Amino acid sequence: MIPLSHYLVVSAILFAIGSAGVFLRKNLITILLSVEIMLNAVNLSFVAFGRFNGTVDGQIITFFVMTVAAAEAAVGLALVIALFRGRESLNPDAFTSLKW
Amino acid sequence: MPESLLFYVLSGLAVGASALVIGQRNPMYSVLLLIVSFAALAGLYITLDAPFVAVAQMIIYAGAIMVLFLFVVMLLNAPQEDAAEWDRTHPLRRPGFARIGIVLAVLLVAELGWALAKVVSLGSPVGGRGDGAAISSVREMGRVLFTQYSFAFEATSVLILVAMVGAVVLARREGDV
Amino acid sequence: MDLRLFVQFVIIFLAFFMLVNASAVLVLAERKVMGFMQQRYGPYLVGPHGMLQPLADILKLLMKEELRPKGADKWLFTLAPVLAVTAAFAAFATVPFGGETTLFGLLDRPVKLGAADVNVGVLVIFAITSMGVYGIVLAGWSSNSKYALFGGLRASAQMISYELSYATALAAIILLAGSMSVREMVDSQTGYWLGGWIPKWYIFVQPIGFIIYFIAGVAETNRAPFDFPEAEQELVAGFNTEYSSVRFALFPQAEYVNMVTVSAVATDLFLGGWHGLAPFWTPADYYIELWNIGWLIFFMKIGGILFFYIWMRWTVPRYRYDQLMKFGWKYLLPASVINLLVTAAAVLYFNA
Repeated sequence: MIPLSHYLVVSAILFAIGSAGVFLRKNLITILLSVEIMLNAVNLSFVAFGRFNGTVDGQIITFFVMTVAAAEAAVGLALVIALFRGRESLNPDAFTSLKW
Repeated sequence: MPESLLFYVLSGLAVGASALVIGQRNPMYSVLLLIVSFAALAGLYITLDAPFVAVAQMIIYAGAIMVLFLFVVMLLNAPQEDAAEWDRTHPLRRPGFARIGIVLAVLLVAELGWALAKVVSLGSPVGGRGDGAAISSVREMGRVLFTQYSFAFEATSVLILVAMVGAVVLARREGDV
Repeated sequence: MDLRLFVQFVIIFLAFFMLVNASAVLVLAERKVMGFMQQRYGPYLVGPHGMLQPLADILKLLMKEELRPKGADKWLFTLAPVLAVTAAFAAFATVPFGGETTLFGLLDRPVKLGAADVNVGVLVIFAITSMGVYGIVLAGWSSNSKYALFGGLRASAQMISYELSYATALAAIILLAGSMSVREMVDSQTGYWLGGWIPKWYIFVQPIGFIIYFIAGVAETNRAPFDFPEAEQELVAGFNTEYSSVRFALFPQAEYVNMVTVSAVATDLFLGGWHGLAPFWTPADYYIELWNIGWLIFFMKIGGILFFYIWMRWTVPRYRYDQLMKFGWKYLLPASVINLLVTAAAVLYFNA
């Protein structure tokens, strides 16, 4: 029997890895992938808690998170394509013309 | 014993693959490693008596979203990060801020783990309360989804429609239909 | 070791072995049937009636030189056929191919004929089939050649487009059967209608669903008339242009195993699986249940569907790529959604 805290620790580590990826990487696609890692970490938490409480709500919320992640990935990638067409670069430092 | 071995293997695989994802220079390898991580997470969902969520994870995430990422990477012929710049700006070589950031991230994880371990009720095994077979039934899930969460369900369908239209409009070139 | 566990291992091994042999036999069957349809003999020199031809083919492929283009990605070039073939074999895991058997009373509890029986079996098959897209996408991209890239992109776009109609046709059957386990779906097709003349197969309840499923299955496995991405005339050889020897041999093997899986799922879901010999009652039906040889009937039905696959390939011309995508999105997907809606309404009406 695996205690709930184990699953939550795994979820926390995955979330930390995802956020580290968002902060440290300089490639737009890798940043989006790190966001997906974070969303998955949250999904794992939801399902673990749902099982812990003995209800099915955790799994249902997981569905909604997955759906929202799919929609966000689609729009995010469309934005990346549009940006790439403008600057020919996937480095976020190339899009700093509004910085003062 | 085999249960905890399964848990450690799957979670080790998920964490390891995710750590490798953010460390790869070639975005193609990142996408493939993330698929491995998703498969490991699907295995973890199965140990949590959620087979439908596990299969849905494989279908939606690993089967559709990652294919989308792969298409975009191939379409843009996504350039790998410049090698010299990669060596120069690697987090472990950057002075000051990045090192502090990493230390803070490790501290965050340690503190979260410590705080979670302190809460006594979280130490009890997952799967103690509730019947595994009743939870994993799709019939029950459908019933709750369409009665209690029906508003969220309808809102999600509108969200997907908006995302679809938005993606098509955003990625359009001037002069295309 | 526990005898039951051992028997289950043997059954899994037999399923795997059967799939490997099926791809070899299908190579021969395709060429013979193609030959007979074109009024010529197929291969007939190697072995009696050409039956050892697949062996000769495989030996030839194994002895060719293993090439890898210079710019090809080192890992992905080898990973792509491995992924394709792994997904193809793994998808067959949740397909049952027979009833329960006690091995003539050797076991105290009967063992089910099938590699695994999960209660979301249909979805597992669908999930692993959608992993097969990666084999083709990676093959196209890692070959570092524009023909391969186009072939790979087109093939994967086609596969993900037809996956939707595939899943919606499956959803209609899930509604009818009330369960997602394939074994339960088959077992709900026992019995006869009209006073014992027509077996209760789902193809009689959902004829349009069967047609949609079959067309989507053909498109999923990249077979004619939907095989534009690997057409010889248009694209050299599509995504497997740069492959040779063993890596190449794995791609047709994955394609044939996918064909067998689609036929097996069609048989399980629409044609009654291992119950019933023909779409009408025959006296043999009673003996099939009595002697528990349903698995033979299952294989015969799969053989029939595979013959239909091969027949279709050599009869119908190929779709052009834009016609293919238009058909998938504008005609097949609305048809399958309407099929699902009508099925749901009918289930509600007749059960409430």
